[in-house]
Amino acid sequence: MNNYLLIPFLPLAAFLINILLGRNFLKEKAHWVSILAVAGSWVVAVMALVDTMAGKTINEDLYSWFVSGNFKVSVGFLIDQLTAVMLIVVTTCSMLIHIYSVGYMHGDKGFYRFFAYLSLFTFCMLMLVMANNFLQLYFGWEGVGLCSYFLIGYYFDKKSASDAGKKAFIVNRFGDFGFGLGIIMIFLTFGTVYYEPVFAQAGGFANHTVNFLGYDVHLMTLIALLLFCGSIGKSAQMPLHVWLPDAMEGPTPVSALIHAATMVTAGVFLVARCSPIFSLSETALMVVALTGAITSLFAATIGLVQNDIKRIIAYSTISQLGYMFLACGVGAYSAGVFHLYTHAFFKALLFLCAGSVMHAMAGELNLQKMGGLKKYMPVTYITMLLASLSIAGVPGFAGFFSKDEILWLAYSGPSPVGKLVWGIGTVVAFLTALYSFRLIFLTFHGKFRGTHEQEHHLHESPKVMTIPLILLCVGAIASGWVGIPHLLGGGAHFTEFMKPVLGHPEGHGTHSEEWMVMAVSVIAGFSGIGLAYFMYLKRADIPVRLAARFSAVHKILLNKYYVDEFYSFLIVRPAIWIAKNILIGITDAKIIEAIVNGIPKAIGGFSQVIRKVQTGFLQHYATIMATGILIIVAIMLLR
Amino acid sequence: MVPLNWYLMLSAVVFMIGVFGFLTRKNIIIMFMSVELMLNGVNISLIAFSHYLQDMRGQILVFFIITVAAAEAAIGLAIIIALFRNKSTAHVDEMNEMKG
Amino acid sequence: MLPKLFFGYYAAVIVILSLLVVTRKNPVRSVMWMLLLFFHIASLYLFLNAEFIAAIQVIVYAGAILVLFLFVVLLLNLREELKVKRFIGSWPAGLFVSAAILAIVINVIRSFVLAAPPGKYSIEYIKEATHTKALGTILYTEYLFPFEIASLVLLIAIIGAIVLAKRKTRS
Repeated sequence: MNNYLLIPFLPLAAFLINILLGRNFLKEKAHWVSILAVAGSWVVAVMALVDTMAGKTINEDLYSWFVSGNFKVSVGFLIDQLTAVMLIVVTTCSMLIHIYSVGYMHGDKGFYRFFAYLSLFTFCMLMLVMANNFLQLYFGWEGVGLCSYFLIGYYFDKKSASDAGKKAFIVNRFGDFGFGLGIIMIFLTFGTVYYEPVFAQAGGFANHTVNFLGYDVHLMTLIALLLFCGSIGKSAQMPLHVWLPDAMEGPTPVSALIHAATMVTAGVFLVARCSPIFSLSETALMVVALTGAITSLFAATIGLVQNDIKRIIAYSTISQLGYMFLACGVGAYSAGVFHLYTHAFFKALLFLCAGSVMHAMAGELNLQKMGGLKKYMPVTYITMLLASLSIAGVPGFAGFFSKDEILWLAYSGPSPVGKLVWGIGTVVAFLTALYSFRLIFLTFHGKFRGTHEQEHHLHESPKVMTIPLILLCVGAIASGWVGIPHLLGGGAHFTEFMKPVLGHPEGHGTHSEEWMVMAVSVIAGFSGIGLAYFMYLKRADIPVRLAARFSAVHKILLNKYYVDEFYSFLIVRPAIWIAKNILIGITDAKIIEAIVNGIPKAIGGFSQVIRKVQTGFLQHYATIMATGILIIVAIMLLR
Repeated sequence: MVPLNWYLMLSAVVFMIGVFGFLTRKNIIIMFMSVELMLNGVNISLIAFSHYLQDMRGQILVFFIITVAAAEAAIGLAIIIALFRNKSTAHVDEMNEMKG
Repeated sequence: MLPKLFFGYYAAVIVILSLLVVTRKNPVRSVMWMLLLFFHIASLYLFLNAEFIAAIQVIVYAGAILVLFLFVVLLLNLREELKVKRFIGSWPAGLFVSAAILAIVINVIRSFVLAAPPGKYSIEYIKEATHTKALGTILYTEYLFPFEIASLVLLIAIIGAIVLAKRKTRS
């Protein structure tokens, strides 16, 4: 146990050292502290994984956080199979991205600040996954949100960046409000916020209902949906997905670490962690599955037409997160977590490659101005190609195994919407391959479409950046090999490993059906790649003509279904109108100022009257005092 | 034998004359002298009590009162000098900085 | 009868002198009347067998404090003092309040009876031990601590008077 404490607290120490000493003492060496700390965490996390694989799980309280009546919360750690996997994902990605950042952020004036925030983020994320109660989870949850805000707005002198930071924070409020209510409901129902007793007792409340706004609501459905609200916000699902594409204003390592590999997957982690609650409510599961499926389709279609390299990957992230929720929604929690785990590697890799491209292109993000980068940056090209193959679900790569498992369990599972989400998932697999390879072909193949100046500047990134790419690439290929299904002669070790926490998914189907599902998804992936090759390399005129032909659809997709505009119309503008006309105009000017100014005015007027008593003459005061004495003497002696 | 009450009445009369002077005179020096008068009025009653109770403590108290009166006179007169230097007046009715 | 006559004389003179002190226009005259008043009060103390206090009354009050008053009076330019009214405008209020308190107190004193038993410092005892010695014994034993504090008060008064009266050098 004591060793495991190092996992979260090493990054915390690094944060404190960097934030206190970074500015004046560490300066350009600030990264050493953070990298050593996260490397230490990684080592201990691997030890934790080994221990867990030997069947040792830990659930211990460290110290009492607060006690109020029968509400007791402590800082405690739960290390089981799920946590161990999350620890590996978080520390590995975090470590490699830390190293990558040394090259990427080199020469930035806020170097120490960047690493301090990264360390703080790592600490919060580890607290989130290691929590043994909902309140500590909530602490980590809000902590990573805060760090996300810091890091999106890292270039705070850029207005779009600070706006994006605010947007991420505010949009997350909506989800976290529900999450907070969910925790309160859990406490009201179970009288505790610890996982263990909550999950143990959850079954006993399966048929309870609660009166909510006059309706009798199934208790577990209510709790599960409230918790899922938090997941929707944090994992950028419909309808709260709008913050994630804007979050790409942050430095690319941040996008890779926070907005692809770790933080945004916290929502999936939450659903998986609370699987005993979700499993009790068919409605909640259906909502999760449909939200995930629709989001993944929705984001994939937007990703098809975007031109900003980072935004494409961001929409890809939203889409893949939808996939994970889809898995959880059909009861295949372990498949969801498996996809979370493989996705962390290939998506972080995609982002880091994008960062490497940006580095070479001097910050240029527009796909249409790239092309032919293959020969200038071979390492970046190969690693990004492999990552794209992985996300496209090409057999043998990590993405294939996790995606296939999700699709198979959706198809064969007991969920009433299983077949439907399987259909959507397969379409999304096709779209994923299409936009991923559109990105690859437009960036690395063909002719360079930028300026000569940019062409002259093109170069491969330094070693400190390419080595993490290569290491992540290994993960992007091989991380799936722990979950090769029985059908292909593997052991499905991942599902077996997760069994104590997430249970075993039920799938009923014949081998031929399983082959069919796999074949369909592989065909979808390959046809996506093929179509991308045909449309963007062979016949580059087709996309243009398609866009012209279906200009309405193209415009809708390019404008992301006008969700931002819709929110602006529905929420932002009314809020500003209310603020301006009612709050400033009436509440502030007429009520608050009337009170604030009226009270001093009344006091002033009153004192104008009574100040006349204060003549300033010593003897008047003395006479009044003597009169007081006279009264006292009279009362005491003449009684 | 003179009754104690007579002394006490004398003491009260002297004290109240001091109070009257303090409350009504313009000149700050006379006001100050009125304060001394009040102290003397108190002293008379204390000495009288001491005599009639055959107890020394009254006289000890008078001893201390005279000490304090001396200190007070020194400080008070220094204040008057400082005041006169700033205001060039010894009349309290011309000092009304505390007027509201 | 004789003590009462003596007391009558002193009481009358003290009251008249007190009135003179608070009513004279010229502060110098007030100080002079006060000097005479203090001598009478000292005599009254002798009458009450408190010769040491009487001596202090003359030495400290008449000799030191009043001289200080006189200095200050003469130091300040009070020529125009004689031209203005001696009382403030609201003097009847002061007169009424003090007279009322006096009336009440006198009314109570008339029926006052000393109930406590007499202490050990009888006239015979003091006569034997001498007054100064009796007072000194108590002062330096039972009241040593207040005595030291009194000395401290005086010290502070000295320093305070110097600080306050010192002419500030304008820089």
